[in-house]
Amino acid sequence: MPAYRKPPVDYIERTRALYGSMGFAAYDWRRIAEPPAFATLKKPLSECRLGLLGSGGVYEHGQTAFHFRDDISFRVIDTTRGTAALRATHFAYDLEGARKDPNVVFPIDPLQRLVAAGELGELSSRAYAFMGGIYSSRKVEETLAPELVARVVKDEVDVALLVPV
Amino acid sequence: MGLIARQIEAAGIPTLCLGSALSILGSVFPPRLAFVDFPLGHTAGKPNDPEGQLRLLRQALRGFEFAGPGRVLRVDEVWSEDDSWKDEVMRPDPENPAAADNRTERHATPQYQSEEDERAALERGDCPTCVFLPA
Repeated sequence: MPAYRKPPVDYIERTRALYGSMGFAAYDWRRIAEPPAFATLKKPLSECRLGLLGSGGVYEHGQTAFHFRDDISFRVIDTTRGTAALRATHFAYDLEGARKDPNVVFPIDPLQRLVAAGELGELSSRAYAFMGGIYSSRKVEETLAPELVARVVKDEVDVALLVPV
Repeated sequence: MGLIARQIEAAGIPTLCLGSALSILGSVFPPRLAFVDFPLGHTAGKPNDPEGQLRLLRQALRGFEFAGPGRVLRVDEVWSEDDSWKDEVMRPDPENPAAADNRTERHATPQYQSEEDERAALERGDCPTCVFLPA
């Protein structure tokens, strides 16, 4: 790493410092030390169907947008329609880039190019978009995650790419 | 997002998280992690930079080949010529500390990107591709 490079921003530490300076108690980030389940890739990516999930608050023109109070709903996005009709809404990040080009948080176009180049087998026609910043990790673990698992299993994806914001 | 990745992985599907908030993602030990050292909201690249986005995704997807959990693939792309953007993230300006308080009101109604989006959604009435879960 060249000398002018700085280490990654520690968002947990900065959140704690910033809101602590305003007198708020620190958010209790979910921590897990136990290693996750690990599924090995059964075939090369060039033969895999990839499912995309993103928590950047992306929705499609005509769909209902997200609200900002622990919204655990999600939107099914048709990846065959490109990104022109995609929109972004979120309370916790600068939306300027995502509104110019939704691929920066929901990379449908580059994934389709990897498919066209033969490097990736297929992009599942159904992608899932929701809004991160859900305060309650319990709601994520008990309600949202199991429903998304059921969806990607039904879609018969071979691998899943998750893009948080 | 790491919590969701862990559950998908437990269902037998290899997952890869592509993220920029390394400390947050790492704290829940996701199965595979590719780190992009860009400001939040640009994890998959810079806007209107299709070639950079393609390079980034191509590198990141190599993370699927990891043989076990715990490793981090560092995507070799830089946001700008120096890393000064990192100094400002969530850091209060001593001259004007209140300006760092960028909390957004947590509205319980849909927050559309534009009024036109809102009209389109309201005219349509239902949203069969929206999935609302019990809170």
